[in-house]
Amino acid sequence: MPHKKPAPNPNEEGGPAQGRRDFLKQSSLLAAIAAMPPLLVKAADAQLDEKAAAYFEKLPLSVEVNGVTHRLSIEPRTTLLDLLREQLALTGTKKGCDHGQCGACTVHVDGQRVLSCLSLAVMQEGKKVTTIEGLANGENLHPMQEAFIKHDGFQCGYCTPGQIMSGIACIREGHAGSDDEIREYMSGNICRCGAYPNIVKAIADVKKGGQRI
Amino acid sequence: MINFEYIRVATAKAAVDALVKDGVAQWIAGGTNLVDLMKKGVTAPQKLIDINNLALKEIKKEGSKLRIGALALNSAVADSELVQKEQPLLAQALQAGASQQIRNMATVGGNMMQRTRCPYFYNTDMPCNKRQPGQGCGALKGYNRMHAIFGASDKCIAVHPSDMCVALAALDATVQVTGPKGSRSIPFLSFHRLPGELPQKDNTLERGELITGIEIPQNAFAKSTHYLKVRDRSSYAFALVSVAAAVDMQRNAIRDVRLAMGGVAHKPWRLTAAENFLKGKEATEANFGQAAQLAIQGAKGYGHNNFKLKLAPNAIVEALKTAVGKS
Ligand SMILES: Cc1cc2nc3c(=O)[nH]c(=O)nc-3n(C[C@H](O)[C@H](O)[C@H](O)COP(=O)(O)OP(=O)(O)OC[C@H]3O[C@@H](n4cnc5c(N)ncnc54)[C@H](O)[C@@H]3O)c2cc1C
Ligand code: SF4
Ligand code: FES
Ligand code: FES
Repeated sequence: MPHKKPAPNPNEEGGPAQGRRDFLKQSSLLAAIAAMPPLLVKAADAQLDEKAAAYFEKLPLSVEVNGVTHRLSIEPRTTLLDLLREQLALTGTKKGCDHGQCGACTVHVDGQRVLSCLSLAVMQEGKKVTTIEGLANGENLHPMQEAFIKHDGFQCGYCTPGQIMSGIACIREGHAGSDDEIREYMSGNICRCGAYPNIVKAIADVKKGGQRI
Repeated sequence: MINFEYIRVATAKAAVDALVKDGVAQWIAGGTNLVDLMKKGVTAPQKLIDINNLALKEIKKEGSKLRIGALALNSAVADSELVQKEQPLLAQALQAGASQQIRNMATVGGNMMQRTRCPYFYNTDMPCNKRQPGQGCGALKGYNRMHAIFGASDKCIAVHPSDMCVALAALDATVQVTGPKGSRSIPFLSFHRLPGELPQKDNTLERGELITGIEIPQNAFAKSTHYLKVRDRSSYAFALVSVAAAVDMQRNAIRDVRLAMGGVAHKPWRLTAAENFLKGKEATEANFGQAAQLAIQGAKGYGHNNFKLKLAPNAIVEALKTAVGKS
């Protein structure tokens, strides 16, 4: 995927207008690519990537992130993770493996924990996304954030946003009944530093505290 | 990932029509397998048809059968009280698969359609007949620790990676599909296929056939079921081998039993000979052991996966013991 510099919402609607000429260019290139055998398209992909992308039609997307509604125009191949990090400059959500194997990119969509690296942004139309940046209430940290600090639930911190998002969902789902259950239902969040025992302690503590989270 | 067009459809008919019209299109449900494969360049559809707005999420009783819509989420099925009460084996198998985040995205239909996890299939620099027919099978003489011991061909020795499907194969589920030529119902064991000469074909669906749901007939197994998954770490990994066991006990005798294995073949592998042996017998470890030996007759290792020839029968015995409460 092309890496764009994180700039504040470059793709919010109202950006550079697309004229009729641009549209014509798009449709002719689309036709050209469609006529190529798939293998050739793949081979050409490496060089064509950046250029061709500009010609593909962008799609409108309206999505609420941490309580703010964004009206965007995006390429269909943009993942939710890249949208958050590269276009909305919300870099709290981490990219670990980018293939569903580590959990670093965990966010909530309509209250459910999902992997943003395997979610296409266009498929989030009308949905409510919560990221690590949306948890604190002003200066007051979320109880799960407090608990991770209190129990030393991290070392390098790279997996932590994903762990926290996942931990909150784990309690809400009713899957934090015992340390064993927490371990099983947190198994989608890998921690290279091995902070697991303290992560389990932090989640169990919040669960025991009984606050609404 | 190369770019693609994207559309949404609202009905099964629109989904089928859109796919049939467009030879380069593919449906997307949870996306947990498809997006991954697209990122790796294993597949490159030029158009995605989002089927998530189809009304196919329901989990309900229909007469004596349990019906589950193709778009029901893996987590919704695993957590459903109805499923846990009537078909606990299915809930157990789903809970053993992937992670809660992935189960929150993955659908029943997508789970059935997921591609193999053979590392050669995933790596576009390697030869693979499934990805590119005629290239040869990299795993056959390569690193084949995860691969099949039953029903493979020299064209492909991959296994189907799903846990859910192993339970559905044991429970005699049927698959409801609708396509350009109308609707039909496929017995679960005829849904996935063996590689034979066509390893690129994972299943018996025709192009344009959409899975709308599955049905599980009523059974008397709910009290004695177990899904045993043996893997390299205790969770969040694909199965080396897995066993779905469902037993209907009458005092200490086995009135009826269903057994299927995962991680051993190109499709969920039903153990009919072992089932037939066990029917009417006492639930003893000796009988389980004999059944397991019957079950692995004809199994064949390819080198790195020879350990499965021992692991499989042991897993069968363990699963049966746990199912009937004797472990
Ligand atoms: C890290 C990781 C670990 C995993 N571990 C496990 C595991 O341990 N056990 C396990 O069983 N699975 C595991 N999975 C796989 C996961 O279960 C599948 O990716 C998931 O079930 C696919 O469902 P989906 O809805 O996301 O499918 P998608 O990715 O949306 O689609 C997959 C395919 O199915 C087709 N399709 C989807 N719906 C239909 C339909 N209704 N009719 C016809 N075709 C359809 C699509 O066109 C596509 O080709 C794992 C996945 C990941 C990423
Ligand atoms: S086992 Fe099948 S999927 Fe794996 S390399 Fe061989 S042909 Fe490809
Ligand atoms: S970055 Fe999404 S799971 Fe690793
Ligand atoms: S704290 Fe370093 S990866 Fe978890």
